[in-house]
Amino acid sequence: MIDTTNAPPLLAAQGLRFSRNDDPVFGPLDLHVDAGEALLVQGSNGAGKTTLLRVLAGLLAPDQGQIEIDGRPASRTERSRYIAYLSHLTALKQDLGTLENLHFLCGLQGRRARQMPGNALAIVGLAGYEETPVRQLSAGQKKRLSLARVWLSPAPVWLLDEPYANLDLEGINLVNRMISAHLRSGGAALVTTHGAYSAPPVRNRLLTLGGNDQEESA
Amino acid sequence: MSLPGPQPTVASAARALLARDLRLLWRRRGDAAQPILFALLVVALFALALGGEPRLLQSVASAVLWLAVLLAGLLSLDSLFRSDAEDGSLEQWLLSPVPLAWLVAVRVFTHWLTTAFPLVLVSPLLAELMHLPRAQLPILIASLALGTPLLSLLGAVVAALTVGMRRAGILLALLVLPLYVPVLVFGAGAVAASAQGLDPSGALLMLAAGLVVSALLAPLAAALAIRIANS
Repeated sequence: MIDTTNAPPLLAAQGLRFSRNDDPVFGPLDLHVDAGEALLVQGSNGAGKTTLLRVLAGLLAPDQGQIEIDGRPASRTERSRYIAYLSHLTALKQDLGTLENLHFLCGLQGRRARQMPGNALAIVGLAGYEETPVRQLSAGQKKRLSLARVWLSPAPVWLLDEPYANLDLEGINLVNRMISAHLRSGGAALVTTHGAYSAPPVRNRLLTLGGNDQEESA
Repeated sequence: MSLPGPQPTVASAARALLARDLRLLWRRRGDAAQPILFALLVVALFALALGGEPRLLQSVASAVLWLAVLLAGLLSLDSLFRSDAEDGSLEQWLLSPVPLAWLVAVRVFTHWLTTAFPLVLVSPLLAELMHLPRAQLPILIASLALGTPLLSLLGAVVAALTVGMRRAGILLALLVLPLYVPVLVFGAGAVAASAQGLDPSGALLMLAAGLVVSALLAPLAAALAIRIANS
């Protein structure tokens, strides 16, 4: 087991604030996620869940506040080593097969030792679809393929934006199983949901976005 | 902590991107011939409009050939980053340990290789349509070989700047054509100079110098523009 009592949180933010055209989107916001822990980000549509994840991933610059990764200020290098981001956009090429897409994304972002794209496809339930062009997949199958990419990523912090969307019951269980396994191996996850789905059965905390009543509850 | 596996290096990421782009091109190989067909049509239209008089065609050959190549490149420019921006690939590029400018450089190179390089290869055929004297053909090929990558690099900066817009269309052309002017002047100028019996090496060296500078700076500028477009 890893000792997480004295280790700095894998991902932490203090006084994080973001506004778009002078309209505050969220913040100021404090959050931290330790290894082996999941932070569920809840809020209604437009509450800023996706924006928060994009700020944490470094795709947007916050107006104020610091982000720390493993106790160090978040730089591009730290982010590329620590963060795997599941976006609303799939980053999949319609004309390429599922396996070809995974091979490219692993070539771009690296992969975990002993994890192969073929196995990851089987884990997310896409065995037998190795050669299928992505354009022939359903929305749920594309989501599963994106999850396979996150699964292969060597990054310990998963930022998952609506991982449950488009998935059937079995797919929702799959996401929960993947998050649990990732947390057991010392990773951490930030998961946005509308709150309508069951949370993964892991140590988790809740962050509610929306209006001025942002709170972090244990 | 899960064991990190092989970290991507600049070489492995470049190989992966190159392989992806060539596979995509092969899946849509019908589209790949479009720049060549377009340049061929432009040259044919010029030849028809000028009445097929060989001496007249000869005198404007270098300008027409260079314009045809430049316009064919302009048409394919919007596709440089557009699909990668729309499907979210650029977000994942931004999160790669490999520098974004390097990925941009590799992408520009494959784009040049698949859209402009075929035009350099068929330029002897286009030159024949314009009755360009055989003696000037090596100069034309040299000017295109140096000039088209320069066009791709300059175009990449503007394509990256406009990638955040839903449809860049004519704005892309309005922004990029002024940047293309010096390339056109030196490129077509080299061929025209050799037609007049002058030494074309000065113009070719200018193109080469421009290529070196833009190969170093354009990927950095385009990468910065992509970061801005994604925020």
